[in-house]
Amino acid sequence: MLRLPKFEVEKPTTVDETVALLSEKTGDVMIIAGGTDLMPNMKHELFTPKKLVSLAGVSALFGIREEAGALVIGAMTPLDQVANHPLVAERAPALAQAAGLVAGPQLRRMGTLGGNVMLDTRCQWYNQTYFWRKSLGFCLKKDGSACHVIEGGSKCVAAASNDTAPALMSLDAKLTFANADGQRELLLDDLWKSDGIFNKKVPPSDLLTEIRLPQREVKHLGAYGKLRDRGSIDFPLFGVAVRIDIDANDVVVDAEAVSVALQARPTRIRKFGESLVGTTLGSPEFEKGVQAAASLGHKQCRPMPNVPGDHEYRHAMVPVYLKRTILAAAAGAGPVHAV
Amino acid sequence: MRVLELKINGDRVEVAAPDHWTLLEVLRYRLGLTGSKQGCDKGDCGACTVLVDGKPELSCLKLAALSEGAEITTIEGLLPLHLQAGGTGPDPVQDAFDRCGALQCGFCQPGMMLSARALLNECHSPSQAEIKKALSGNLCRCTGYTQIIEAVELAIAERVGAKNS
Ligand SMILES: Cc1cc2nc3c(=O)[nH]c(=O)nc-3n(C[C@H](O)[C@H](O)[C@H](O)COP(=O)(O)OP(=O)(O)OC[C@H]3O[C@@H](n4cnc5c(N)ncnc54)[C@H](O)[C@@H]3O)c2cc1C
Ligand code: SF4
Ligand code: FES
Ligand code: FES
Repeated sequence: MLRLPKFEVEKPTTVDETVALLSEKTGDVMIIAGGTDLMPNMKHELFTPKKLVSLAGVSALFGIREEAGALVIGAMTPLDQVANHPLVAERAPALAQAAGLVAGPQLRRMGTLGGNVMLDTRCQWYNQTYFWRKSLGFCLKKDGSACHVIEGGSKCVAAASNDTAPALMSLDAKLTFANADGQRELLLDDLWKSDGIFNKKVPPSDLLTEIRLPQREVKHLGAYGKLRDRGSIDFPLFGVAVRIDIDANDVVVDAEAVSVALQARPTRIRKFGESLVGTTLGSPEFEKGVQAAASLGHKQCRPMPNVPGDHEYRHAMVPVYLKRTILAAAAGAGPVHAV
Repeated sequence: MRVLELKINGDRVEVAAPDHWTLLEVLRYRLGLTGSKQGCDKGDCGACTVLVDGKPELSCLKLAALSEGAEITTIEGLLPLHLQAGGTGPDPVQDAFDRCGALQCGFCQPGMMLSARALLNECHSPSQAEIKKALSGNLCRCTGYTQIIEAVELAIAERVGAKNS
């Protein structure tokens, strides 16, 4: 039995009411969306806010719509809706696939896209009960002063573990945040900082209201690949989203890959497109390009023993999953996952 | 402490509980509905699954204070709801689990049967792949799943058969 620490719940119905409540008592107030990350974390005493502000009654934060060519998804839209919505499948296949691989059916119904973007980083030494963490002398991220992943390390490297983040980044997603001063828009790439203790540049008191995928000028293909031990329970041990832009003759004009579950922030694979651009899907040159892109990923993606699973095995799986995910994208298929 | 108005198994229930109590705690320790099991208590196992407006959710991660307004169905509600809908005996899912011996210790059963019931409500004759996906958030440490899947298939086969005859 895991009890929650004491707190009170507020149930605002508008964005204005919500931001007013959030600005009330900084530090002591947290947002609860679906609660599927926050509740276990609070049961583990990783967070002990005095007040939770629930977004469940804020109707403006729900739903998927098209707006001037962009696909706009409200922060409170449940993951199973994102995974099964025809507009998302058509316009953002990697996102639909990633959302459909988060946790299991019950959690995808409760968990939201906004909560997935704002997910806390994860580490096998951190996502544990208070008793467990105490017996280990705690760690830098919470209550302690040492890191168990990097001995003598002064920086927490807990892993960004949100499946939808790489898919959203591969599609150049923009986020809208609201606080007492008003609204602002931010490229998802600019949300992150490389600090496992808190990997976002926006304070937790700011409300993510919606996620916007801009209209793409060129036709694109996309897929998501996820390495994990068991379907439905396990977070990614490695995740990668691929986007391939093609012209009318199936010639690759641009390509991007974004990885997750390696370090504190989701990361773009640098120069990923170089070996693919100019090749025609399915051609021998394309196949060669896929091999080269997979090797590039293998060099750049270096798993650490921060999340469960042998990190050398995870490293060996990087080119395997990368290659399969590129081929799945090219074939209009996916997601890539073993379970 | 606040007074909550919950809709559980077709009944309107007024119950007082502190804000930091989960729906599972209110079901088990205020209302005596101990059919919903407290397994991992952190979202891994699915033993606490209840139906919220007909869809499976985890009551160990859902705050009772945020459960007002929804129709909640627990395992205790399956039989009465089936009778109310004009059926006889237990819900066909319960009956099939019983006849297939789809249990050993039984701890996972309430959650399993509710996930299966939700699938059957949504889809007339789901495939084995769809059954496995729908039950993927419910862990069983005993059976090896074979009889559980057979039980859901039996409930589907009998429903399809009943419709055809
Ligand atoms: C067993 C289990 C398995 C899981 N597996 C996966 C997995 O495979 N992949 C994965 O990505 N996740 C996984 N999760 C985590 C979680 O279910 C999802 O990430 C989910 O999308 C979180 O959304 P939520 O609405 O429940 O967020 P919450 O738990 O409500 O919130 C998460 C965090 O975001 C903040 N937040 C929420 N909404 C907003 C907002 N609109 N603006 C600002 N801040 C906000 C909260 O304050 C909190 O800090 C798993 C969880 C469990 C329990
Ligand atoms: S990487 Fe893990 S062990 Fe190290 S400080 Fe961060 S959470 Fe703690
Ligand atoms: S008790 Fe709720 S998922 Fe295990
Ligand atoms: S019968 Fe024991 S857990 Fe399923």
